[in-house]
Amino acid sequence: MSSEKTISIVMAGVGGQGILLASEVTARTAILCGLQVKTNEVHGMAQRGGSVIAQIRFGTEVYSPLVAEGTADALLSLEAVEALRFYSYLRPAGLAVVSRQRVIPVTVSSGGAAYPEPEPALREVFSRLLYLDALAEAQKLGEPRAANMVLVGALAKHLSLPLESWEEALTQCVKAKALESNRNAFRRGLSLADDFL
Amino acid sequence: MSAILLSGNEAIARGGYEGGVTAAFGYPGTPSTEILESLVQHKDEVYCEWSPNEKVALEAAAGASLAGARVLVTMKHVGLNVAADPLLTLAYIGVEGGLILCVADDPGQHSSQTEQDTRQYARLAKVPVLEPSDSQEAKDFMVAGMEISEKYRTPVIVRTTTRVSHSRSLVEFRDRVKSDREIAFQKDPSRHCPLPVWGRRMRVELEQRQHQMAEVAAASPLNRIELRDRKLGIITSSIAYQYVREVFPEASVLKLGWAYPFPDALIRSFADQVENLLVVEELDPFLEEHVKSLGFACHGKNIVPACGELSAAKLLEVRARLEGRDPERTPARYAVETLPARPPVFCPGCPHRGIFYGLTKFDVLVTGDIGCYSLAVFPPLNRTDVILCMGGGISMAHGLEKSGEKRKVVGVVGDSTFFHSGITGLLDIVYNRGKATIIVVDNRTTAMTGHQDHPGTGRTLMGETTREASIEAIGKACGVQRIRTVNPYNLKEVHTALSEELAADEPSLIISRAPCPLKEHHDVGPKMRIDSDKCKRCRACLKLGCPAIENSDGVIRINSLMCAGCGTCAEVCRFGAIEQIVE
Repeated sequence: MSSEKTISIVMAGVGGQGILLASEVTARTAILCGLQVKTNEVHGMAQRGGSVIAQIRFGTEVYSPLVAEGTADALLSLEAVEALRFYSYLRPAGLAVVSRQRVIPVTVSSGGAAYPEPEPALREVFSRLLYLDALAEAQKLGEPRAANMVLVGALAKHLSLPLESWEEALTQCVKAKALESNRNAFRRGLSLADDFL
Repeated sequence: MSAILLSGNEAIARGGYEGGVTAAFGYPGTPSTEILESLVQHKDEVYCEWSPNEKVALEAAAGASLAGARVLVTMKHVGLNVAADPLLTLAYIGVEGGLILCVADDPGQHSSQTEQDTRQYARLAKVPVLEPSDSQEAKDFMVAGMEISEKYRTPVIVRTTTRVSHSRSLVEFRDRVKSDREIAFQKDPSRHCPLPVWGRRMRVELEQRQHQMAEVAAASPLNRIELRDRKLGIITSSIAYQYVREVFPEASVLKLGWAYPFPDALIRSFADQVENLLVVEELDPFLEEHVKSLGFACHGKNIVPACGELSAAKLLEVRARLEGRDPERTPARYAVETLPARPPVFCPGCPHRGIFYGLTKFDVLVTGDIGCYSLAVFPPLNRTDVILCMGGGISMAHGLEKSGEKRKVVGVVGDSTFFHSGITGLLDIVYNRGKATIIVVDNRTTAMTGHQDHPGTGRTLMGETTREASIEAIGKACGVQRIRTVNPYNLKEVHTALSEELAADEPSLIISRAPCPLKEHHDVGPKMRIDSDKCKRCRACLKLGCPAIENSDGVIRINSLMCAGCGTCAEVCRFGAIEQIVE
C-alpha cells in the first residue's frame, strides 16, 4: 500500500455486535505503523439494537473523519443485511468482508417486513466479496463474541499493514482474559482469507 | 510524549485538566456525556459531579467560579435551553476563576429531538464561542478558553458537535497548569448582584468587553488564514473545516476557531485577499450573515445545506453547484430502501417493555419523555403519543387533561428525567387539582446516555455512596395521595395497577421499578426457549417487540445469544410454549 493515499474503511453491523473493538484494533494498527488516523463511531440512541457504522481513515495526512460514499477501500460487516444497507460507501473495486450472520430486525419479526436472502444481492453488488461464517468460526474456537476478530483478520490479509502491528494492536486493545480467543479468531480470519484474491 | 488517539470528548476532558480545572459539573446528554466520564479519572485533583439538570450544573459552576476555582460545565445543545437563564445573567456578573461551558450540538439529529446552533446562544448571551475541528484542537482550545475566560472575566462557550466529539484523532499532551489564585469568595455586591442599580452598569461593560474581544480574536492564533489559490476563499469552522480541506484542497481558507465576537478585521483582510467568498458552516448561516453585514458578497446557504450535518460528499455537491455543474450521482446498485428497517428498540430484558405493553391494553393518551423509553413510540408497542422535552411528559399530561380531552391521560418519565425536571410538573398537577396518572419508569440509572448515576441511585460520579432521593417521598411531598410501586416484569401486577390508577378521580403516581439489565451486566433470569410443538404461531409474543424473539421463516424462536431472561414473553404466551432453558 502506498502511504500517500488515505485508506478508508467502513464497519457496519447491529448495535452491540462489537464494531467498536474491530474499529479500535484497526486504528491502533495504523498508529503503530506511524500513520495519521481518524475514526468515527456512533453513540447514544442508535446503539440500542439499531444499524450502526464505524469509520476509520488512515494515511500520511487525514482531514475528514467520515468516509465519503463510493470511496471506502473496504467494508466490513458483522451482519449480512447491514452490508447491503451500507454498500454504497464502498468504491467499485473495494473489498467487502461480510459475515453470514443474520440478526433479524424487530420490523421483520413483528411487522410486515421481510429479511431478504442476502447472498445473491451481495454477490451482485460487491465485485470483491469475502462472505464468511464468522460466528460459526468463532464458536468453533469457543468464543462466539470474537466473530468480529475473524472478520478483522480477513480484512488484515488485504490491507498491507504489517502483521506484527496487527498482533501488537490486539494485545493493546483487547482485555487480557479475552486476548487469547481474539487472537485465535484473528488468525482464523487471516487464514480464511488466504484463498481469496 | 507521543500522540494518543482520543475522541473529541476525551480531548476536551484532557484540555480541562491541562487548563487547571478543579471543579466540573454537567448533565449527561449525547454527544457530550463522555467529557465528564473521562475527566473523573482525575478525581483526586478535579471535583466532578452529575448535577440533576443543566441549569443546576451551570449555577453550581458559577458559584465555584466566583470563589476563584477554574470550572467546566458540560451539556448537550438542548441542555443549554435549560441552562439559558443562568448563562445570560452570568455573562453580566462575569466570572472570577475561568469558566468554560462546553456544549455539544448534534447536526443531523443522531440522538436529539432538535438541531440547534449553540453559536446563536453565544451571540444572545454576548459571550465568546470557540469551535475546535479535531481532538487536538478540542484539547488546546480548552486551555486557550480558560485564559480568555479569566482575562475578560466572561464565561466561554466551547461548542463541539457530534462529529468532533465522537471522532478520534491523535493528540499530544502537555502538563497541567494550575491557577495560583487563592480560593476565597471576595464580597462585592456591586459586582456579584445584578440588581438594576448595578445591572445597568454591567450591561454597558458587557458591550465594551465584546468590542475588546472582537479585536483580540482578530489577532488570535485560534483564527488563521491559510492562503493558497486566491480565486476562492472559504470561511469555515468546526468539523466543516476538515471537509473543506478534503474537497477544496486548493482554496484559501479562513479557519475560525474563535468565531464570536466576530473578528471583523481578520474577516475583512481575508475577503480583500480573495476573489470569491464561500462560507461553509453547519446549521445556521451564523458567519455568513455577519460576513454579508460587513458588505462582502458571498456564497453560503444558497448552495450549502442548512439542515442536517455536512460531509465531504455534500461538499462535493456544493463544489459542483459553485462550478455550475450538476452534482455527480452514482446510479444505485441496490435498492437499500427495500431492506427491512432496523430502528433502535428496547433491548432484550428491558424493564420498560412490560409497562408499555401494559399500556397497550388501555385506551389512554400517553405523553412520553426523553430517554430510552422514547422508543415506545415505535411499533409494535406504539404506546407513546407525544414527546416534547425533559419533564414535558408530566406537564403535558396535565395540560391535555385540563383541555377537556375525553380520554384519560398518562404521563411517562424516566427516573433521571423525573429528577431533572419532572418534579415541578407533578407539583403543578396536585396544586391545580389535576387528575393525570404519572408513571416513573425507574430503571435506576440514566440509561440512554450510557448509565450515569443520578440523585436516585445512591452513588456519585466520583464513585462515592450517597443518600438516595426517593421518588415516592417526593411524590408524597408534592401532595400525591395515590402512590404505588410495580414490578414491570410482572404483567398481572402492571395491569392491576394501571386499571386501578386510571379509574381514580385524582392524580396518581406509579413507580415502575427494575434496574436496567445492561447496567447490571447480567441477565434478569434464566434464558427462555420456545417449544415449537406447543407454539400455535399466534404471534402474541411478537407484540412485545423483543429483538431476541425472531420470526423470519414461519418458525418463532428465541435467540439465546440475545435473550436476557426477563420471562415477559412466557407471561403473554397462552399456550405455555415458552419455558426457561434448563442448563
